[in-house]
Amino acid sequence: MASMLMNSLRCCPPVNPAWAVQYATRSLSTSVQLHAQVQTKSKKTLAKPGVKNIVLVEGVRTPFLLSGTTYADLMPHDLARAALQGLLHKTSLPKDAVDYIIYGTVIQEVKTSNVAREASLGAGFSDKIPSHTVTMACISSNVAMTTGVGLITAGQCDTIVAGGVEFMSDVPIRHSRKMRKTMLALNRAKTLGQRLSLIGSIRMAHLTPELPAVAEFSTAETMGHSADRLAAAFGVTRLEQDEFALRSHTLAKQAQDAGLLSDVISFKVPGRDTVAKDNGIRPSSMEQLAKLKPAFIKPHGTVTAANSSFLTDGASAVLIMSEEKALAMGYKPKAYLRDFVFVSQDPKDQLLLGPAYGTPKVLARAGLTMDDIDVFEFHEAFAGQIMANLKALDSDWFAQTYMGRKVKVGAPAMEKFNLWGGSLSLGHPFGATGCRLVTTVAHRLLKEGGQYGLVAACAAGGQGHAMVIEAYPQ
Amino acid sequence: MAGVRALGALSRITARRYVLSGKIVLNSFDLSFFLARTHVNYEVKEDVAVIRMNDPNSKVNTLSVRMQNEMIEVFNEVLANDAVHSAVLISSKPGCFIAGADINMIQACNTSEEVTKLSQEGQKMFERIEKSPKPIVAAINGSCLGGGLEFAIACQYRVATKSKKTVLGTPEVMLGLLPGAGGTQRLPKMVGIPGAFDMMLTGRNIKADKAKKMGLVHQLVDPLGPGLKSPEERTIEYLEEVAIQCARGIVHKKILLTKKKGMMQKVQDYVMGIAFVRQQIYKNVNGKVMKMSKGLYPAPLKIIESVKAGLEQGPDSGYLAEAQNFGKLAMTSESNALIGLYHGQVACKKNRFGVPERPVKNLAILGAGLMGAGIAQVTVDKGIHTVLKDTTVEGLSRGQQQVYKGLNDKIKKKAITSFERDSTLSSLTGQLDYSGFEKADMVIEAVFEDINIKHRVIKEVEAVIPPHCIFATNTSALPIKDIAAASMRPEKVIGMHYFSPVDKMQLLEIITTDKTSKDTTASAVAVGLKQGKVIIVVGDGPGFYTTRCLAPMLAEAVRVLQEGVNPKKLDALTTGFGFPVGAATLADEVGIDVAAHVAEDLGKAFGSRFGGGNVDVLKTMVERGFKGRKSGKGCYVYTPGLKSKDVNPDIDDLLEKFKLTPNPSVSSDSDVQYRLVSRFVNEAVMCLQEGILNGPVEGDIGAVFGLGFPPCLGGPFRFVDTFGADKLVEKMRRYEEVYGNHFTPCQLLLDHAKDSNKRFHK
Repeated sequence: MASMLMNSLRCCPPVNPAWAVQYATRSLSTSVQLHAQVQTKSKKTLAKPGVKNIVLVEGVRTPFLLSGTTYADLMPHDLARAALQGLLHKTSLPKDAVDYIIYGTVIQEVKTSNVAREASLGAGFSDKIPSHTVTMACISSNVAMTTGVGLITAGQCDTIVAGGVEFMSDVPIRHSRKMRKTMLALNRAKTLGQRLSLIGSIRMAHLTPELPAVAEFSTAETMGHSADRLAAAFGVTRLEQDEFALRSHTLAKQAQDAGLLSDVISFKVPGRDTVAKDNGIRPSSMEQLAKLKPAFIKPHGTVTAANSSFLTDGASAVLIMSEEKALAMGYKPKAYLRDFVFVSQDPKDQLLLGPAYGTPKVLARAGLTMDDIDVFEFHEAFAGQIMANLKALDSDWFAQTYMGRKVKVGAPAMEKFNLWGGSLSLGHPFGATGCRLVTTVAHRLLKEGGQYGLVAACAAGGQGHAMVIEAYPQ
Repeated sequence: MAGVRALGALSRITARRYVLSGKIVLNSFDLSFFLARTHVNYEVKEDVAVIRMNDPNSKVNTLSVRMQNEMIEVFNEVLANDAVHSAVLISSKPGCFIAGADINMIQACNTSEEVTKLSQEGQKMFERIEKSPKPIVAAINGSCLGGGLEFAIACQYRVATKSKKTVLGTPEVMLGLLPGAGGTQRLPKMVGIPGAFDMMLTGRNIKADKAKKMGLVHQLVDPLGPGLKSPEERTIEYLEEVAIQCARGIVHKKILLTKKKGMMQKVQDYVMGIAFVRQQIYKNVNGKVMKMSKGLYPAPLKIIESVKAGLEQGPDSGYLAEAQNFGKLAMTSESNALIGLYHGQVACKKNRFGVPERPVKNLAILGAGLMGAGIAQVTVDKGIHTVLKDTTVEGLSRGQQQVYKGLNDKIKKKAITSFERDSTLSSLTGQLDYSGFEKADMVIEAVFEDINIKHRVIKEVEAVIPPHCIFATNTSALPIKDIAAASMRPEKVIGMHYFSPVDKMQLLEIITTDKTSKDTTASAVAVGLKQGKVIIVVGDGPGFYTTRCLAPMLAEAVRVLQEGVNPKKLDALTTGFGFPVGAATLADEVGIDVAAHVAEDLGKAFGSRFGGGNVDVLKTMVERGFKGRKSGKGCYVYTPGLKSKDVNPDIDDLLEKFKLTPNPSVSSDSDVQYRLVSRFVNEAVMCLQEGILNGPVEGDIGAVFGLGFPPCLGGPFRFVDTFGADKLVEKMRRYEEVYGNHFTPCQLLLDHAKDSNKRFHK
């Protein structure tokens, strides 16, 4: 994998830190024809006889903002509402034409624990449409989408809205367990004496609040710490990570400037300005990046704030339908949603290796090879995590020792990989990222003219997801 | 590649030596010697020399003569190599940095002067390391103990992995020695006087994060998971990478070796700078040591002495005191005994019966009492699926709670996480019936000690278990062949005698009958080893080995009580001899009812030889409800929550009824002690004579780890060797005249008394 990145480095003289920009422009302009000519797919289509074709009609998202910025005073369902309204607006979908609404989220606002329902009601959908919320860490909205796919395949529904939302500007901070216990007991206390003795039992220490854990419950390790260890295990250097982070930001900036991020809707935030753009994209220089101190493993770690994804607020939504229903309603679908897998591994040492496990598995399911894929969209939790996954995919030893495969599938070609930026630069609202990945694949397939795209993501708990997406014939 | 580079460096050095000395012959000899280097090697990575240790003949690295010599050679080369600015010291063995000095090297010495010299050589070598102009970083993964730790703390900087296997410590005191290569001098400066005493006097293992907090290591490295290489391999590589960075950092002054002192540190240093405070500490520590060791162990006192010499009279006196004390200690019988126990323990952690045909994956335990639950507790966290069966819900839930509590206490000690507790408990099934027993590979019964109940249980169990399943019975006295009499397949029946509390006591006594198959024994030993036990395998007979040795001593203890010695005094006499628990307290812990039961059973089996005290004393105590600690009253009164205990006031009138008149010629304190011990020892020797015991090593291990025989004496057999069989027989003859056959020495002991060349331990 390192060699691959190095290759891309060699394509352009590394005279200035903006090499990635130059390179990316070239690949954008050339790769399209190049692949169209050279490659012959091992399969013409992934349609299977007797299995319903399921299509992505549209996908939208609110701008992804650094948490604590313009969205700071909202609530999660407000963001989800904005995404849903954006989808309605973009598709002109009648408000009662949806069979089911599913949302993914990670950190739950306790007041709106079924945020799907609150958001859909607030977005003006018919109150006759049932909706539920799912959670699977960073692949929550992937679960929302695949749940929808399942409902359509099972013949239960034809039209699904799936989405995800994450709001890190406000998180539930609780009283300590002891304090909660006292307060609950206070509720049940009948006499003044009982109440007073309970109040008297409160100590200063009980007032210490309990923050939502950013650590894995099973191992008590924070994700950044695990990412740093993962990077070290795969021998990913700080330089490689910084280079990848810079690439992500540079490509994102370019995509944003070129207007390629057409899934972003503008959102008038009550009491604030209208937001139309992601605000976490900050192309920097290698020198700047090199200055940062490691954020998790000190002092010798390699994961820094700049080569990690940041805390983000945002929501996304997609419209998924059976092909015949979409066509009957007069829609022009963007892509087929094809095979998908969920995988899980050891949450301690393989926490973030979901893509490495998911990719070969979904390719095998679909009967495709790595070369068949034109568009890769991998969730970038950490630059080190991405590089580790790419190295794992490119290692025969890893494939044999840990995946029970005879040979590696190989790493994705960098000229097809996350070309419009990724979670490192665009932001990563945990619950919302999955829909962004799928929509981006669909948009890139349209733009670049490829046929197959692959989405892969890791998630807390040592889980992962991968999905193959096929371009809809235009 | 590394070899080539090393060779290159080598040729440069030797070439230079030619010019300087012109001793061609010597140098060519040197070269061949260098080439044959097997334990220590190094590779120069740009400006850092990576010195790798790997003893090819052992699982662990020890500071053997060979290792030391090669290390000195390598060190000289590194110093002479101008391209090298710093060095990293690392072990190529996963799980071991240096496990300590080579004990055999010390044991091979015949005089204390020789040992002192060994110590001084070590001191010299580490002094050179400490004063090295090129900074040396010790990269520690795995055990870094004894001499290994002394080596590490002589280096300028220490990086350690957070692996569970990484432990630092100075366990010399447990071998009756002291850290003899500068440890007593460097540690107090590094971790403070109290911290250093704590480490050296307890010998406990310190985990990496604690070591960082104490200031014993500078930086920690996380163990890595799967990557492009095996986790172990890559973790060592990563440690090396980080250590190299550190080494360069020190050279480039990015890492400062003199840390800025915090406020607390300054205050502490100031306080420790006051001579009076230090004197108080010495006094205090000395007092504690005397109280705990009763003055029976010389090593802790010598450690204090050496530390004191260094701090009060300067390093020269300190190092000299350390080396001399080390030499003295190595020649003591206590050290000899403790080292013997160490070797014995290692031997008893091996399965001499080979690998069993099928490993035990499913184990069922009958009876969720203190024993049954204890066995479950040490089994369930070893990856064995464990079924705990009882007859009542109350009994079962008490047992399940015991297992849960055992694991939960480990969380409090940060040994495991709550998640590990949960996943461990997922392999424990509690039940009231025999469902699932068809999958059991082994059943251990821990039901009430009654032959009829045991017979009923064995029949019930054999109806449901598969043919290969082993039936182990946990009993402290019932002969296994009597229990096996009810079995349809006696070759699968074996005794597994655990000691209470099971999770604390290290010993497991496995009892085989002449019908028990070898594979059954191998399997039982394998399970015991998995449970972390030190195992002795003994022949069948009433009381097997341990209970049989204890019974005459307890009979004597009862007689001593009847003769008017009160329980407190009895305890003081036994602990004064080196027993960690006094005889009266021990009886309370075991349970007076159990003691009565055993005394009666063994009395019947062995006849008058097991007499002495009147069994009725115990029986009457049981009748009056004085069953020991579990009933709140025994020889003592136990108040929950209170640590101190008073003598049971009712015991006096009880003993008054059974009063015996002491014979003043055999009732001095020392005589009482030897009356108790000689009966124990004689019975142990008789067990060897009768073939119950496989050898004296197992006899010593069983007595020390199961019954608390004084560790400083090394066990009954080593005691006979050290004390002299003739002297012991002489004493016993004197007691025999007064009390008769209770003190008749057995034939084997007499043989040893006759021929002073005969020894149990070589």
